[in-house]
Amino acid sequence: MNLKKHWWKALAIVLLVYVHTVGLLAEVPRLNILNETIRALYFHVPMWFGMVLLYAVSVYYAILCLRKPGQGYDTWSVNFAHTGTLLGILGMITGMLWANYTWGSPWHGDPKQNGAAIALLVYLAYFVLRGSLESEEQKERLSAVYNLFAFAAMVPLIFIIPRLTESVHPGSGGNPGFNAYDLDSRMRLVFYPAVIGWFLVGLWLVNIRVRVQQVNKSNS
Amino acid sequence: MKGILPLLTKELKLEFRKQSTLAGIALYLFSLTFICYLTFKLKQQSIQPVTWSALFWLVILFAVMNSVAKSFIGERKGLSIYYYYLASPQAIIISKIIYNTVLAFALSAMAYFLFVVFIGNPVQDSFLFVLTLVLTSWGLASSLSFISAIAAKASNSHVVMAVLSFPVLIAVLLMAIRLSKNALDGLDFSVSTDELYNLLAINCISTALAYVLFPYIWRS
Repeated sequence: MNLKKHWWKALAIVLLVYVHTVGLLAEVPRLNILNETIRALYFHVPMWFGMVLLYAVSVYYAILCLRKPGQGYDTWSVNFAHTGTLLGILGMITGMLWANYTWGSPWHGDPKQNGAAIALLVYLAYFVLRGSLESEEQKERLSAVYNLFAFAAMVPLIFIIPRLTESVHPGSGGNPGFNAYDLDSRMRLVFYPAVIGWFLVGLWLVNIRVRVQQVNKSNS
Repeated sequence: MKGILPLLTKELKLEFRKQSTLAGIALYLFSLTFICYLTFKLKQQSIQPVTWSALFWLVILFAVMNSVAKSFIGERKGLSIYYYYLASPQAIIISKIIYNTVLAFALSAMAYFLFVVFIGNPVQDSFLFVLTLVLTSWGLASSLSFISAIAAKASNSHVVMAVLSFPVLIAVLLMAIRLSKNALDGLDFSVSTDELYNLLAINCISTALAYVLFPYIWRS
């Protein structure tokens, strides 16, 4: 991936500074129970969007690994999965903070929360698998295969099952999601930049990690 | 596609010739059920339908895990090279999935019988329950055969097998538990159609993924 230019890093910083100032200061819809915690939408939900996007890119590189093995796509694939998991864990923590004030306890046993935890477990298993394979060539191929499988397992856990059951999470189980809020168009103006900003930061992190690993490889 | 039938008969013949493994799994199932009976049935009729289904699915999960895990892990290295010359990888994985589905269904039926004998039969809608058993067997068999093929390449394959498969199986198990709850309560069939379609979709996805990705695992 050719990301030698710096403009997108500057864009990420500008977007996130905008999200943090406007997200904390601007007017938000007044809703029962949610009240000010509705601002979690700007900080918690973009983590999951970013995670899914990064995992999707990781799957893209996993497919490239299978198509053209031995070209170094493996490093990209695993680092996208790493960064996706980081955003997932952050999403979990911010969600627990929010749940503590809205639902009354950080771990409420909501289907969406459980599904997200299991999805993270699937990806942690992916790293365990990589650790237990010895040859580089096998590591590349088998972990790419499991990566595809993990993504397919994650989608029903996060997007399908919570929608089928009674859930207290906004946006599932018949609760009003993002679209049903009043003033939603004003919230969108902060929300979408936040998604893009965090995705770009993820991309930046991956870029740095891959470059460090490439340098280490060429040194040894 | 034409290699499937001989491979299936080979699997069945092998299984019946080496009766010790089949008897071993049967004994395992029996002891699991008996432990459940001893730990819960000390007071007569003290078991709730919810506990019944939880115990049932735990027994199924462990019995099926143990029997399906050996589908690739147990095989000797030379054997797989021999198969490589004889059959296409697609034929091998499809025959394994069909065979393991049959095996998993046989185990589930046996577990159901043992549960009825020892712990009681709270199932009110047996048609829905058996349908759930068939679909769950297929789901467990397709994911587990594929993951066992991955785990067989790793150095500590039994640990990797457990770590990789549990999170992936949870989606199937969640659907199965929900369906069996409906069957236990004797709800109308139309209540469960959503879950049935969902389970069917998950099964189709995992089988299709196994079919597409297995050749890449097989190549090494």
